[in-house]
Amino acid sequence: MIPPRPIGEADLQAHIDGRLDPTRLAEVEAYLAGHPAEAARIAGYADQRAKLRAALAGYADEPIPAQLNLASLIEARRAPHYPSWRAAAAAVLLLGLGGLGGWSLPHAPAGGIAALAQEAADSYAAYAPDHIRPVELRAADRGELVNWVSQRLDRPVAVPDLAGSGYRFMGGRLVPTPHGPAALFLYDDDKGTRLALLVRPMEIDRDMPLAAQSHGAVSGYAWSDQGLGYSLVAPASARDLPALANEARRQTES
Amino acid sequence: MKDMMLLIEPLIPALRRYARALLRDRTAADDLLQDCLERAITRWHQRRADGDARTWLFTILHNLAISRLRQTARRGAPVGLDEADESVTAQPPTQEDALYHRDVLRALETLPEDQRGVLLLVSVEDLSYAETARVLDIPIGTVMSRLSRAREKLSRALAPATDAQAQRPTLWRVK
Repeated sequence: MIPPRPIGEADLQAHIDGRLDPTRLAEVEAYLAGHPAEAARIAGYADQRAKLRAALAGYADEPIPAQLNLASLIEARRAPHYPSWRAAAAAVLLLGLGGLGGWSLPHAPAGGIAALAQEAADSYAAYAPDHIRPVELRAADRGELVNWVSQRLDRPVAVPDLAGSGYRFMGGRLVPTPHGPAALFLYDDDKGTRLALLVRPMEIDRDMPLAAQSHGAVSGYAWSDQGLGYSLVAPASARDLPALANEARRQTES
Repeated sequence: MKDMMLLIEPLIPALRRYARALLRDRTAADDLLQDCLERAITRWHQRRADGDARTWLFTILHNLAISRLRQTARRGAPVGLDEADESVTAQPPTQEDALYHRDVLRALETLPEDQRGVLLLVSVEDLSYAETARVLDIPIGTVMSRLSRAREKLSRALAPATDAQAQRPTLWRVK
């Protein structure tokens, strides 16, 4: 007769989880019968397993919150681009911009690079002229800012260093957009000219080359790289904006 | 769409339990699961046709949970603590059960995250050792050794409480 394979710790663990085939189960039980200390240890683990399951059972019994309603989540993903109110808002926006001669967004799909540029211009208009609190976290708290926005955007976000081009990093904040939170970084130069860089994840236009997106009082360049979109905006009077945008893009390329 | 509903929806309670047990924070766990479900929906077509939906979903969820735990650790913020008695069970547990549940969950928190994941997937979510190895992307031998270490550590963490409970039951009730 072939002697049974020696009993290992993995066999004992599998005994606790009820994952032994009948032959091996008999061998393990025979072993435990002859080794009371091991049998007590394994019985303790089995008891612990039952207690752990009981302690966590309540979590699976709670009613599922609306946030996790699968049908709604699927529906939201199925028609992400033109829900009716958003299409209407986009139409109004396009008409308004056409009338004002502002940013031109002909046939721009919602959420794409042109929308990103518009969001950057809006954030610039709100925060760049602010002399009381343009940023929520200052340059000194750069690490905290980077952690915060990286967590909210669910991916690592880096702050480009434009000091070599004469623009100091001032700090930044999280800003809302119709396509989720975005990181806004502000820079300024010795004359007080401010630049803003808006960064957010892109559902569409995920990899787009650098392109001028603007005319009028505010100039902008936007691009995207591996699903992260960037738009750098500045007053139209700011010089070297294309070079600054190139530099920022070079630093953020992964 | 229909197969997505049929295959994913029944798994939501278990996925929720796993996220909650790993993160120990109801809001964070539900946000994490929402993120997981959204990813599953957008990547449904990339799922291997022969693959098991449950293992696939646990893999997505586990990876999101780990990156969240690491971010939280980097930010230095403590992970929010759920109290065990907050988990209302279908049959209300007796007070002693509730106390024991709280002790078990606290002991669970003392495990390193890699051991906690293995223990929960195997002992609570009933994944096979091979499925657990796939979710965690580690060899089965590593699953077995982590499982053994997790059980040993958990029982050491629980031992003093159990002794105290056995020796001084009245004190526990008065508290």
